Amino acid sequence: MPIVLSDASFSYPDGSLAVDSVTLRINDGERIAIVGQNGAGKTTTVKMMNGLLKPSSGSVTVDGLATTDQTTATTARTVGYVFQNPDDQIFGSDVQGELEYMPKYLKWDAEVTEQRVGRAAKMTGIRRFLKVNPNDLPFAIKKFVAIGAILVGDCKYVILDEPTAGLDDRGLKLLNRMMDQLEAEGVAVIAITHDMRFVVDSFTRVVAMANRKIIADGSCEEVFGNDDVLSRAKLKRPEVPQLARELGLSTTALHLNAVVALIR
Amino acid sequence: MELVSLRNVGFTYAYGDKPALNDVSLTIEPGLLYGVVGLNASGKSTLCSVVRGIIPHFHHGELTGEVKIKGRDLLEWDPAELSKSIGYVFQNPFTQISGVKDTVFEEIALGLENLGVDREEMIDRVTTVVRELGLEALIRKNPNELSGGQRQKVAFASIIAMDADFIIIDEPTSQLDPDASEAVFGIIRKLKERGKSIILVEHKIDLMAEYADRIIVMKAGRVVMEGPAREVLVSDELSQAGVPYPEVTELAFALANAGKPLRSVPITRAEARELVSARIKEAPHAHSAL
Repeated sequence: MPIVLSDASFSYPDGSLAVDSVTLRINDGERIAIVGQNGAGKTTTVKMMNGLLKPSSGSVTVDGLATTDQTTATTARTVGYVFQNPDDQIFGSDVQGELEYMPKYLKWDAEVTEQRVGRAAKMTGIRRFLKVNPNDLPFAIKKFVAIGAILVGDCKYVILDEPTAGLDDRGLKLLNRMMDQLEAEGVAVIAITHDMRFVVDSFTRVVAMANRKIIADGSCEEVFGNDDVLSRAKLKRPEVPQLARELGLSTTALHLNAVVALIR
Repeated sequence: MELVSLRNVGFTYAYGDKPALNDVSLTIEPGLLYGVVGLNASGKSTLCSVVRGIIPHFHHGELTGEVKIKGRDLLEWDPAELSKSIGYVFQNPFTQISGVKDTVFEEIALGLENLGVDREEMIDRVTTVVRELGLEALIRKNPNELSGGQRQKVAFASIIAMDADFIIIDEPTSQLDPDASEAVFGIIRKLKERGKSIILVEHKIDLMAEYADRIIVMKAGRVVMEGPAREVLVSDELSQAGVPYPEVTELAFALANAGKPLRSVPITRAEARELVSARIKEAPHAHSAL
């Protein structure tokens, strides 16, 4: 069962719109990147998916149930949201405590807790930091702690808000491995990102937002092939596809190998 | 005179079990843009903190070796004086916003207020930087209600407004969309043209290739290479430190591996365009179908 947003809008208490009539369906186990300018409505859209925000008009359903009919805690058990700023999410005094917070709250038995915490720590590469206070960790590792705390739970959908911010090459590989494992387990990953190379390398479906609306929803080739969408959503093509286009070699080639093949 | 000199510098945080900086020797010349690259936790931010005097004045730990800033030993500097002569944009924009100001305009002006700049000039400088960064729509908002990207722009603006001659910028674009990242780099370019000295930590290697004069590569607390961007960004040391090559550099390597080398290895898209064009012209028949 999918997440379905139908004409979902969200307005602030003062009446100004943050998201305007968004319609979007995210299927089980799907991987999808949401891109667009700062302030385009991306974070508000995903917060509606996990019930942190409820639509002011239209509807959002998760596995057929409207988020307005459930508590945020219930929806969030199915749809995990990893905050953009780990400091908004992390409050434990050591990494282990942070990861065990949800199992304690849900009164899981020790065996399940150990297994889920071990799995999450391994997937996010933070096993050697379990005894450390998260506040003593660099920003990028703290982000993996925030991701780990969500992966401990049994979510069918995981939302990552700017997962590559400040991430080096090694962190990026770890993130990709983690997403592959989630995909293999049938967990959908929804990522908000400004990193276009990450989008091209790791996603097949891209949703572009501008001015509180979705302006494109399709494959990487479709979205990055459309100059109008790129300019309205303030996106940039990665360097190599842009080069291929400027040289008149291809308007659709996105990957390095494809461009290498075009140059004789 | 050299701006900063480090000789055999080591630093271990009070809570750390191994050194964050290890035997670092480095000279920073004025008027240049130095890019700092390396894996997370390789010592980039610690290096910035030493040069900025936050180490050892604020973060405690064991500092060894010799650090000289503008010819004067770091330990002889008054921390307040140092903070006036060196601008510092923090890595995490969420920590930099003061939390004590009600509007973005006042937040950006805060540093100038502390410097004792007079009111008219303060308004003038804030207005200029607001325009350069396209922040007009935000100036009346509460800084605490901004999105991550907006906060990052405001944090950057407040340091730029202070107009120090030497500015250290730690990952200024990590939360920004591609357009805003280019705007930030555009401002950094202007700062450079005005003769400012800049140390910039940034993961976006393609932008680094475009703007940096020299690159410092760090690995496990050590400086493994320092030199002109053109040499460093095509070097083996870069990839050994876990740092990716610029995309077009990678393309050139892949072409060479496929038996189709370019005349030289580009680091920017503009260079790559010329080199690949030249290659295509040399083999016109191969491309006549396109």
